[in-house]
Amino acid sequence: MPDAPGLELIAEAVRESVSAEAVVGTSFHREQACLEVTPRHLLATIVWLKDAPGHEYNFLASVHGVDYLPDEPRLGVHYELLNMRRAERLRVKVRMTVDSCEVDSVVPVYPTADFQEREVYDFFGVVFNGHPDLRRILLPEDYEGHPQRRDFAIGGEPVIFTHNEPESPGWYK
Amino acid sequence: MSGGGPLDPLGVSYREREASLTLSTIGEQLQDHRATTQAGTGLAPETELLTLNIGPHHPATHGVLRLLTTLEGEVVRDIKPLIGYVHTGIEKTCEDKSYWKVIPVIERMDYLAYYFNAMAYCMAVERLLDEEVPARAQYLRVIHLELNRIHSHLVWLGTSALDLGAISMFWYCFRERDRILDIFEMTSGQRMHTRYFQIGGVVEDVPVGFAEKVRAFTQEMPTRADQYADLLDRNEIFLQRMKNVCVLDEERLLALGVTGPLLRAAGNPWDLRKATPYSSYDHFEFKIPVGTIGDNYDRYRVRLAEIYESCKIIEQALDGLPEGPHITTNRKVALPPRHELATSMEALIHHFKFVTEGIRVPEGEVYAPIESPRGELGCFVRSDGSSKPARVHMREPSFINLQATADMVKGSYIADLIATLAMMDPVLGGIDR
Repeated sequence: MPDAPGLELIAEAVRESVSAEAVVGTSFHREQACLEVTPRHLLATIVWLKDAPGHEYNFLASVHGVDYLPDEPRLGVHYELLNMRRAERLRVKVRMTVDSCEVDSVVPVYPTADFQEREVYDFFGVVFNGHPDLRRILLPEDYEGHPQRRDFAIGGEPVIFTHNEPESPGWYK
Repeated sequence: MSGGGPLDPLGVSYREREASLTLSTIGEQLQDHRATTQAGTGLAPETELLTLNIGPHHPATHGVLRLLTTLEGEVVRDIKPLIGYVHTGIEKTCEDKSYWKVIPVIERMDYLAYYFNAMAYCMAVERLLDEEVPARAQYLRVIHLELNRIHSHLVWLGTSALDLGAISMFWYCFRERDRILDIFEMTSGQRMHTRYFQIGGVVEDVPVGFAEKVRAFTQEMPTRADQYADLLDRNEIFLQRMKNVCVLDEERLLALGVTGPLLRAAGNPWDLRKATPYSSYDHFEFKIPVGTIGDNYDRYRVRLAEIYESCKIIEQALDGLPEGPHITTNRKVALPPRHELATSMEALIHHFKFVTEGIRVPEGEVYAPIESPRGELGCFVRSDGSSKPARVHMREPSFINLQATADMVKGSYIADLIATLAMMDPVLGGIDR
């Protein structure tokens, strides 16, 4: 893990190399470093962190979606980056509002993000621009809504059996 | 666009994109394919491609995995894995349960590595709480994790050999697996999904006779593994189906995010137990088995070698098992011992608060990765300060590793697809969650 001053140095370097507005904030919590960037600069930041000498966070371990309800901007996507040589991890995150939840896909840089971005799209409705095949992955194709959002109520979905099929005719269409 | 519904953002109909390749869409790519791949050389090129659906209910897919394969004769040109048939919404369920009640559901994700799921989750919550786990609990966790690793590898070996036609391996492996389940039953009363790991330690100390039983097992297991190797390594059919089949190099595996035995088979010794030791793994001496070229044979050898190393770790942990509490004494995190409830008012209050409300965890986000039998198993937990997690997400190695299947099997025979799928060791409960 980069320590707290190390994280500030990374943030400063990102501001210089990628864009002055790229970094929204940094946080260092429980020995884990997190760099928050704007959705517009996400891809450039990830590419820079991958190639910049001395950083080389060149393995994408995981992508998670998060819903920060009731905070705004509500939706977040986290990218857990890893440098295997130094065994250091760095989390890069973006936050978006529900109305404009679009971010560039990192699949061209990290093919591993393919399934994971589809999962975030499936459960949170975040659209990844430039993803080669963005469609639902775990839920059925005709499912409505994005169930991991915090305002998506659980329960209430009828389970179709032969005996209650007439109550929801045409469900299979 | 973000409103949900069946509309997709690319504007192409779902069925169209799900459909597999045809000669007209694959075109020139296929010519390159034919030129570079071994399989099918010397045969006349086919004039059309066949799309074949395998699964979801098929014994060789190790669960409900559906593969849409595009074949040119016997040669695989493309596959698309379709998943989600056992999606149960565990991550959503977790958000509705207090922290300690999440453990039973989270164990049911990857049903062969239940201790690992619980470990990743408990580690994440302990990090959020900044709670130290007693040394004895750390050692007991290591013993159970490594037993679980052997158990998972035995199920993998048995079922994979079954896919290749060696039915006796299945019976032998399940015989040893049952002994591990007996040990799990001894410590927690359950054979699978034991809920033995708790936040801050383990639920109970091990009973009398536990060490002897485990030692008897770890002393016998290497001999058994030798016997398995003898059965398989001198079998010409097995070797021909394994060696130099479906090779994928280290660089591509890393780009695809593959970790665990599959990556180590390609020669990269990345193992989180060594790289970033957790739960006292740095106290034990063990080696990381690695392969050389990353074919199916290497994948098999790496996992088999890990069984020996796990036995070594368990024996060292039993030898050095420290005295002390098996769970943290912080009453805000763990239940008070049963005998205190009859005499201590305070213990009764803590017990009541713990059972009714649960633990309040300070706000924050952590990611806790561990080395599961299939690779990096990471648990992301976000807390909003209440007694229920605001988000639990598992980075399931099976889910990520599955993406590498297409790269591995393109240009090989369909029989090799089955062998490779077995060697990937996917667990569909983990993939679909």
